[in-house]
Amino acid sequence: MTDLLEVDGLTAGYGAAPVLHDVALTVGAGRIVAVLGANGAGKTTLLRTLSGLLPATSGRVTFDGVDLRGVQVERMVRHGIAHVPEGRGVVTELTVAENLRLGSLWRKRKPGSKATDLDEIYDLFPALAGRKNHLGHQLSGGERQMLAIGRALAAKPRLLLLDEPSLGLAPKITAQIMGLLRDLRDRTGLAVLLVEQNVRGALSVADEGIVLNLGRVAARERADKLAADTDLRHAYLGF
Amino acid sequence: MTIVEPVTTKTKNQQKSLRIAKLVPLLVVTAGAIIVVVLTYTLPPFRNYQLATIGAYLCVTAGLTVLTGLNGQLSLGHGALMATGAYTLAIWQNKFDLLLPGIVLAVLVTTVAGAVIGLAAARLRGPYLAGLTLAVAVVVPSITSTFDRTFNSDQGLSVALEPPPGTIPVEQWQAWICWAGALLTVLVLAYLVGGRFGRDLRAVRDDETAAKLAGVGVARTQIMAFVVSAACAGLSGALFAVLSQSVSPGAFPLSLSLFLVMAIVIGGLGRLTGALIGAVLLVVLPSAAQSIAEKAGSQHLEGNLALTFFGVVLVLVMLAAPGGLASWKARRKLPTQKG
Amino acid sequence: MDRFLYLTFDGLSRGAVYSAFALALVLIWRAARIVNFAQGAMAVATAYAGYSVADATGSYWLGFVVAITGGLVLGAVVERVVMRFVDRSSPLNGVVVALGLVLIIQGVLGMIYGNEYRPAPAPFSRDAFEIGGVALLSRYDLFVFAAVGAVVVLLTLLFTRTSTGLRMRAAAFAPDVSRLLGVPVGGMLTLGWALAAAVGSLAGMLVVPTELGLHPNAMDLLFISAFTAAVLGGLDSPVGAVAGGLLVGLLLAYVGGYLGATVAPMAVLILLVVVLLGRPDGLFGKAKARTA
Repeated sequence: MTDLLEVDGLTAGYGAAPVLHDVALTVGAGRIVAVLGANGAGKTTLLRTLSGLLPATSGRVTFDGVDLRGVQVERMVRHGIAHVPEGRGVVTELTVAENLRLGSLWRKRKPGSKATDLDEIYDLFPALAGRKNHLGHQLSGGERQMLAIGRALAAKPRLLLLDEPSLGLAPKITAQIMGLLRDLRDRTGLAVLLVEQNVRGALSVADEGIVLNLGRVAARERADKLAADTDLRHAYLGF
Repeated sequence: MTIVEPVTTKTKNQQKSLRIAKLVPLLVVTAGAIIVVVLTYTLPPFRNYQLATIGAYLCVTAGLTVLTGLNGQLSLGHGALMATGAYTLAIWQNKFDLLLPGIVLAVLVTTVAGAVIGLAAARLRGPYLAGLTLAVAVVVPSITSTFDRTFNSDQGLSVALEPPPGTIPVEQWQAWICWAGALLTVLVLAYLVGGRFGRDLRAVRDDETAAKLAGVGVARTQIMAFVVSAACAGLSGALFAVLSQSVSPGAFPLSLSLFLVMAIVIGGLGRLTGALIGAVLLVVLPSAAQSIAEKAGSQHLEGNLALTFFGVVLVLVMLAAPGGLASWKARRKLPTQKG
Repeated sequence: MDRFLYLTFDGLSRGAVYSAFALALVLIWRAARIVNFAQGAMAVATAYAGYSVADATGSYWLGFVVAITGGLVLGAVVERVVMRFVDRSSPLNGVVVALGLVLIIQGVLGMIYGNEYRPAPAPFSRDAFEIGGVALLSRYDLFVFAAVGAVVVLLTLLFTRTSTGLRMRAAAFAPDVSRLLGVPVGGMLTLGWALAAAVGSLAGMLVVPTELGLHPNAMDLLFISAFTAAVLGGLDSPVGAVAGGLLVGLLLAYVGGYLGATVAPMAVLILLVVVLLGRPDGLFGKAKARTA
């Protein structure tokens, strides 16, 4: 299987001091890769650099053979990358339906194509179907997370960048979301780069895991091996 | 968070240099007075008139740069405050013809007006304050039409004035009066700004919450800043009434208030020397524009060329400075920790 | 009573114009968090263009269209060439830059057209015709209501029913997230300014025939009144802008009618002070976080 996303020698940061140093990773189509590490390790910065919100100072990012360096944030969706940022980014002044539609809008630009049928998204998230006209700020944390993911899926991505979906959510909902990611990977071949503090949850669905420490890749391993490696967990993940 | 300057005991040398430093404004003003007097004896009458105008402008630009540069309150209404001072002087002079008490009265009346606006303004920030002061600038001239028996509506009033003493030419006399006012204003402001008041102004501008926590009365400081700058504007307006020997609403249009803002931004926000540069610009640029207009032979160009030029310079200056207004403030700050 | 009714309709007619202009201010505020202090000057400039074309071709309606189109273009140009580069660290920067634009526009207009009042005739009669024996409305008033009503309806449809409207709202509420979803946030901002300026130009064309004439400063008071209306309604609220505009129009009509025309500007200032001190968020405004 060819790798969908290839990252090599990526260095990026805010201002003078870089946060990421020489990061290399790959994500294959239909694979879930978990990005783990302590707070401040650079996990969020990694996703922001990949989606273009933060310019990289050096390194190479290739997606399906296309060099992504210098591609504007607005165009990432067209390449097939959708980023659900830290904090979810649900637009609170818009309704659930409007948020979802927002995700699908970029496809309208191609002449003759219709916006994604949002019914698929409502099938995936029945809770949202009942709240189509509710404003973003009326939703609970779990519903917002589902909305954020649903919105990203409405953009029909091939790679989903997901930043800490379990943050602030009850274990039951976290499990639901992880299960959903597994389903999507199996059914549609969606690739996911999953940043998580919840190591167990992430490794339970991931195929591979990458551990970041102080902006560098400390380990890159199959998920089951990582989960079993207690030394690694103690060193970098705090348990 | 900015840190309040700690109180430390100073060495004898430090005390000595502090004493000298405190004398600097007085020395500068004295030197300025001498330079002005010398100039007035050497310059031709028209240039003396221009010198006088610079002095009159300096009063208001000095006050405005303290308000906007040091305290961060953007006022678009100081033209209206100048009008207040000017009309007060005009009405007084037409009854009593005593110049010095008239000027003092003009300053007092405008100070009261400034206090009223300042009370409202102290609770407003940013565009709300700008909008309020803009409304003042646009609306106040129409008072002359509402109470047209006192203010004579659009035609305005003429200002009765005694001729200068002895054989001193009018323009020279005007320059002396205006610069007496300007130098006095600069002296007072320099001392105010160099002391506790100046620190409070800057503290409130930079970080209101921190200032409050450090014990600075935020509203009180902002109202005082407005009052002080209004007094300066009143003096300036009175001096303009003396210069043109007439007052009318047409002499204080909205563009005057905008010119004042432009002058202090370009001159250098928050510095008294910047106020001087601004005052010079306010006289020199329109004059240059007028000579261009005359050479081009177009009547429309007069005045409007200056307007356009001022606007272009202002926009370019604002865009060129990477920090906008902030980078034009001369700041002496203790090193701060970024959280 | 007759007078009161007449003043009421007169106030609503003026108020409609203030509503439109206030909408222009609210649009830009929502999109860019800037109060466009240059909006009045921009509207005057396009009004001059419109009336020049009308005079040259003899067709008011051609001039009308030119003015509104000019607003679209001018708004886009101002955003792209000037406002985009304003430092966002302090809201005052945008204000000062806009004031610089005011100076430029008024200066250039003065140079081209001079500072005398130019006649600006209305396309319809301004004489009030009678309804039930009382002179209430003129045909021009009806035109004003129709024009502003059309603008409100069109804008509402745009923002609530179209993809572009959704993109514009998203770009204003949550620019980073919108970018991640493929919304061209910069372009949406330019479009917002263009639309707002076009609405402002429409309001300007509607107000000019009711004033002494066209003059570089002709819309200073309109700006103040509309700003007051927008603040009264809440800078974040388009509904508030419309309501505020009508209220300000009524206030000015009653004050002008019963106390004298020269008192009306003072009434605006007093209302502004009262609103800013009493209820700064306006009648319909609410400060709240935009994304979560």
